Amino acid sequence: MIRLAPVFGLVTLIAAGLALQGLIAIDVVSRYVVPPPSEVLAALGRIVVEEQVPARFLLTSAETFAAGLLILTAGVPAGFWLYHSRPFRRAFEPWVAAWAAAPLVLAYPLFLVLFGRSSITIVILGVAAGTAPVILKTVEGLAATRTVLIDVGRSLRLTRGQMFRKILFPAAMPAIFTGLRLGLTFSLINIVGVEFLINLGGLGQLINELAERYDLAGTYAAIGFVLLASMLFFVCLEHIERWLRRAYG
Amino acid sequence: MAVPTLTVEHVTKRFGTTEFGVTAVEDFTFDVAEGEFVSVIGPSGCGKSTLFHIIGGLTGDYQGRVTVGGETVNGPHPAIGMVFQEESTFPWRNVIDNVAFPLELRGVSRAERLERALHYVTMVGLRGFEQRYPAELSGGMRQRVSIARTLAAQPKILLMDEPFASLDEQTRLLLGAKVTQIQQRLRQTTLLITHSLTEAVQLSDRIVVMTFRPGRVRRIVEVRLPRPRGDDILTSPEFGRYVAELWVDLREEANRGLDAAEHLAT
Ligand SMILES: Nc1ncnc2c1ncn2[C@@H]1O[C@H](COP(=O)(O)OP(=O)(O)OP(=O)(O)O)[C@@H](O)[C@H]1O
Ligand SMILES: [Mg+2]
Repeated sequence: MIRLAPVFGLVTLIAAGLALQGLIAIDVVSRYVVPPPSEVLAALGRIVVEEQVPARFLLTSAETFAAGLLILTAGVPAGFWLYHSRPFRRAFEPWVAAWAAAPLVLAYPLFLVLFGRSSITIVILGVAAGTAPVILKTVEGLAATRTVLIDVGRSLRLTRGQMFRKILFPAAMPAIFTGLRLGLTFSLINIVGVEFLINLGGLGQLINELAERYDLAGTYAAIGFVLLASMLFFVCLEHIERWLRRAYG
Repeated sequence: MAVPTLTVEHVTKRFGTTEFGVTAVEDFTFDVAEGEFVSVIGPSGCGKSTLFHIIGGLTGDYQGRVTVGGETVNGPHPAIGMVFQEESTFPWRNVIDNVAFPLELRGVSRAERLERALHYVTMVGLRGFEQRYPAELSGGMRQRVSIARTLAAQPKILLMDEPFASLDEQTRLLLGAKVTQIQQRLRQTTLLITHSLTEAVQLSDRIVVMTFRPGRVRRIVEVRLPRPRGDDILTSPEFGRYVAELWVDLREEANRGLDAAEHLAT
């Protein structure tokens, strides 16, 4: 059953593609709005060769990776800090929640003025967009740690550091990783979005250019590479989580 | 009698405000001598777990005094090992690593702590389940993992809050016998919190009977049955007499508990 699931997913995807192809062929869907999947597939190879996709893919991935590292190193400790100090948690948690929901990408002109038109600005926007969910999920995971597990630690007279490493962190880990997945997704969306808006950098800029040339198949193919980057990050996170779980088991 | 290792002196604990609150434990006084096995018995909700947390140093803000070896306890005492009433295994650790946890904290080498943990895993009847995770075990098996984890630390004073509650009667009797075996061998001072009459009589030197809310000491019964207590004792008339005698006390308190609930419901 488990091994059938990915096959089923793939078959569904292919079926959807074929259906779309059919609908476009009989003119139910206009080919000027949605390019036929066959053309998108053909464009994949073309843009790799003609539009420096590998370099762009690397750039966007590197920006997202850098943002992800910063999100991790800022978000998880911030979550711990909010968890540990009740008054700060009461004071700041609603603001962090509001921050998580804010469409920060719209403030890109401000970031441009502050940091210039460069990859740094793009990474900063990625961090700004992805940190809040990590903080929220870290606090949530820590707060959900069962009291009795903390009591076991207290009765064994764990130090603060041991309590963190041996009980709080492993207990909160699933929630922290949910936060990281969300944060990284937000981050990637915003990074590609800003690249698009300021016409600078990797895949986002390519999508912008291709769209301006009315190369619809190419545009969709470029979006396909964004999906690929997103999938790669998910797979990596999953591996890290599994490895950490084994390390703590 | 030997010197008391653990004393509880006039302990009172209230939850909530003076206007709306419950007095969970009131003016509670008793002691446990070195190497002695004492049970505290009382109906559900009478304040047993509250007392357990106070003695374990996990609850502050109470009146009275708890001492271990003559010193006033504030905070968890290194001589005390606790088995909690609630499920308390670490879900991210497998059975053997759960049990080895206290040894890991003390810096015992991996090989040695696994060997020692395995001994206790075997003792609670979980040999063959070392690599399983708590999610793959039944409630009773998980409770046995917690018991093994606390025993592996070899505490001088063992504090247990209804550790056998989720086990069937047969397992409970067998495991109870094993725990007393270790307790007798290590001369561990043990305080067992329970609501089971037979368990209390089977295991204890003395039994503290609690009243229902507020939890006070109703009576302290000395169990003069020889050890080791094998099957012949569990079926003896003396054993039955102790159980019957305790039941009279406990029935009254349990009734008060039920009446109180009915009162609230109407
Ligand atoms: N943290 C708390 N806040 C408020 N009231 C509490 C708290 N803990 C316990 N109580 C109250 O104190 C009383 C005694 O609770 P306790 O858990 O000690 O009972 P118990 O004897 O262990 O019961 P059981 O046998 O069901 O485990 C109950 O009336 C309970 O409602
Ligand atoms: Mg209880």
